[in-house]
Amino acid sequence: MVSRNKIVESIKNEVEIEKYVINLSSKHQRAIETKDLTISYNGKKNALNKTNLAFETNKITSLIGASGSGKSTFLRSLNLIHGENTLIGGQILYHGVNINDPSIDKFEVRRRIGMVFQRPNPFAKSIYNNITFALTQRAKYTKNQLDEIVESSLKQAALWDQVKDELNKSALSLSGGQQQRLVIARALALKPDILLLDEPASALDPKSTMQVEETMVNLKKDYTIIVVTHNMQQAARVSDYTAFFHMGNVIEYDLTRKIFTRPKVKLTSDYVAGNFG
Amino acid sequence: MRRLFDEELADLDNQFIEMGKMVARTVDKAVVSFMAHDVDTAQEINNRDHEINDREAAIEKKVFEIIALYQPVTIELREVITILKSVGTLERMGDYARNIAQSTIRVKNRNKNDIRINSVERQISEMGSATTHAVDKVLEAYVADDATEGIKAAEAADKISESVIQIRKTVLEAMKNNADTIDSGADYLVVAGYINRIADQATDIAEWIVYKRTGKIVELNPGSSTFI
Repeated sequence: MVSRNKIVESIKNEVEIEKYVINLSSKHQRAIETKDLTISYNGKKNALNKTNLAFETNKITSLIGASGSGKSTFLRSLNLIHGENTLIGGQILYHGVNINDPSIDKFEVRRRIGMVFQRPNPFAKSIYNNITFALTQRAKYTKNQLDEIVESSLKQAALWDQVKDELNKSALSLSGGQQQRLVIARALALKPDILLLDEPASALDPKSTMQVEETMVNLKKDYTIIVVTHNMQQAARVSDYTAFFHMGNVIEYDLTRKIFTRPKVKLTSDYVAGNFG
Repeated sequence: MRRLFDEELADLDNQFIEMGKMVARTVDKAVVSFMAHDVDTAQEINNRDHEINDREAAIEKKVFEIIALYQPVTIELREVITILKSVGTLERMGDYARNIAQSTIRVKNRNKNDIRINSVERQISEMGSATTHAVDKVLEAYVADDATEGIKAAEAADKISESVIQIRKTVLEAMKNNADTIDSGADYLVVAGYINRIADQATDIAEWIVYKRTGKIVELNPGSSTFI
């Protein structure tokens, strides 16, 4: 029990803070971490200011914030997707290696850190070939090996049971939710350890959204997931951690249950409650 | 994402039932130890009251998180609200059990010349076991999600306030006749009052069970909540 004096004391000493970032202790394994990550386009104002975020392994972290807050910019930078004239300063530490470095093999990074976009973007190929395409570009596999990878990826993405009898059908004939899960399976086939999802359910109906969310929760035992979402309830339902971005800064990063019940920064509280501006 | 929410809700439900059993056991022990003048048990109840309070706080915290994270609606909302409303009631039942335990301790340490009234102690004992029974019944109704059983439990609880009137009469009579019964008589009156409140609170929980099942807010035993 907290003593009465302590409560009074803590209410008195309460000050409004402007920023809060949870400090992952050493017992939390870090899948990826940024140090002073700063991004600007065409030498204009920074799209992202000195961002220090560490992501716990085998957890789902949601990145929330208004359009233009820097969350998608941040997510893409982890996958090293950025256009020309983009300046990226600071470090992105992945297994202790700074991957924000010209000497790094971007394709290898993208294999290990998979990305799924807002609109499902399967190739105009069969379901089977969607999954094997990237693999066969880079190495030789036997038919058996490919069959195995296709099956296990589709199972992990919770799509196997629905498509196992029609793997040669065009991926474009699938429903939106199925296409999105196929794209997730495609990323999984490359055996990544981090999955980045950029609004993976915003183009889907409620039922497909639920399926994708369920898939995400099932995947976190094997992968670390970082997801950008505009849907506050989605962040609340699926993620362990939530980071709130505002005008290129991380305002608050904490356990999701804390962000949604007692955030430390007023701006976060306003955004999450929908009282913005 | 129903599945994760279902797990959370099932966990909350279990925590509530566990706490309910803990309170029911404590109430039973408090009444039995009062009758047996068992100061050790009473002391234990007094010392362990904070465990019940801690459970209440944990359940409340969980409810707030569930509402904030999952925004439950319809039957799920009613389930969460039923637990939120009932958990405070359970905690207060625990407080009354603790108060009875404190009376037990006081009675034992009293002046040797004070006189006990056996017939009243017997009546309180009966009232106590009827109340424990009503509390058990209401928890069973909660577990079975059975509003009809809940209403039956409330009816049983209502009968308890009738015996309190009888106890009051007997105690006042004894006090008038013999001043040496005043000290113990005062304790009989408050203990009967505490037991009566516990029975009323069982009724409150029964009302929330009806709400959970039907969505209707009802009053099952109107006018029965006088202290003594």
